[in-house]
Amino acid sequence: MNVIWLLVICISILFSAVSGRIDEFTKAMFEAGKAAVEVCLYLVGIVSLWLGLTKILEDSGLIYKLSNFFGAAISPLFRKIPKGHPSITSISLNLLANLFGLGNAATPLGIKAMEELQTLNREPDTITFEMMLFIVINTSSIQLIPFTVIGLMANYGSRNPNIIVLPTFVSTVISTTTAVGILFLFRKLSGRAG
Amino acid sequence: MQAISLICQYLIPVFVLFTVVYGFIKKVPVYDSFVSGAKDGIGIITGIFPYVLAIFIVVKTFDASGAHVFIKNIFSLVSGPLHSPPEVFSIAIVKPFSNAASLGIFTEILKSSGPDSIGSIAAAVIMGSAETTFYVLAVYLGAVGIKKTKYLVPVCITADVVGIIVAIARVKLMF
Repeated sequence: MNVIWLLVICISILFSAVSGRIDEFTKAMFEAGKAAVEVCLYLVGIVSLWLGLTKILEDSGLIYKLSNFFGAAISPLFRKIPKGHPSITSISLNLLANLFGLGNAATPLGIKAMEELQTLNREPDTITFEMMLFIVINTSSIQLIPFTVIGLMANYGSRNPNIIVLPTFVSTVISTTTAVGILFLFRKLSGRAG
Repeated sequence: MQAISLICQYLIPVFVLFTVVYGFIKKVPVYDSFVSGAKDGIGIITGIFPYVLAIFIVVKTFDASGAHVFIKNIFSLVSGPLHSPPEVFSIAIVKPFSNAASLGIFTEILKSSGPDSIGSIAAAVIMGSAETTFYVLAVYLGAVGIKKTKYLVPVCITADVVGIIVAIARVKLMF
């Protein structure tokens, strides 16, 4: 991450200098500050909302029942999570939200899932394999129907925007499977389980 | 299509209804529970904020510097023989960083090459099957303060590249 961050910033400065847009660079940097605050303000709202709802799930004991229910589905991948652990519910709900394209629900539930995975972590500043697996599945995003994209295509007069549904699903499934495969491969190469 | 869209609309309301009613039946003080849970939200986001800021600086300045015009020009050399507009590659590059920016490029492609062209369809598939990887990384890792990420970043980037290649190949098959 450190290398990528450094590289992209240097490239940006270099290019703004070459193309005579160095003032744009400065402007963009301050805009980024504003945009980050806006996004975080928005996140405070929806994350708190979902934390409140999941707290009700916890207090009513439903989260543990759901964990047992979903556990069967995801435990082949997430083997190290103890049976009935609340993180199973958060992970499952996040994946479901992603599947149905509910981004507003997916991010807060993902944050919640990370927090619960962290309770199983013995080295708090180092990532666990379960966290990596969860993030990798998230970043390769399985989605049933990409509504935003279809909506835009229809807006611009596409005759049949639904044509993209199947290819999108196929490539997302392939990329997720590959991603998970690569992750397991890396674990093997790195030599140490966990 | 309509049916699925309807299901999606009902999913969250039904989930919320189920949660509060089940809690009420189990004699949970639902209002108090909700408030005590929601209280933690602001703390988590305070932790995430610096990570989001760092990502946004990179995204915005990269966008403003005109560097991606240059990258687009490089890719136009590759995309010529593949018969797809070079913008398809800019989507592939921009999407891992920023959803808003990639949506902008996507509408540009729709306008310039027509919504039913191979370029538009390839771009649409990439839009749907790639994710804002670096944003997700910043938010999820920031939430729990993880610093040592082992081999996570290379795996994510490889996955993105594979996803994009598959998307383009899959669309090529349709034509």
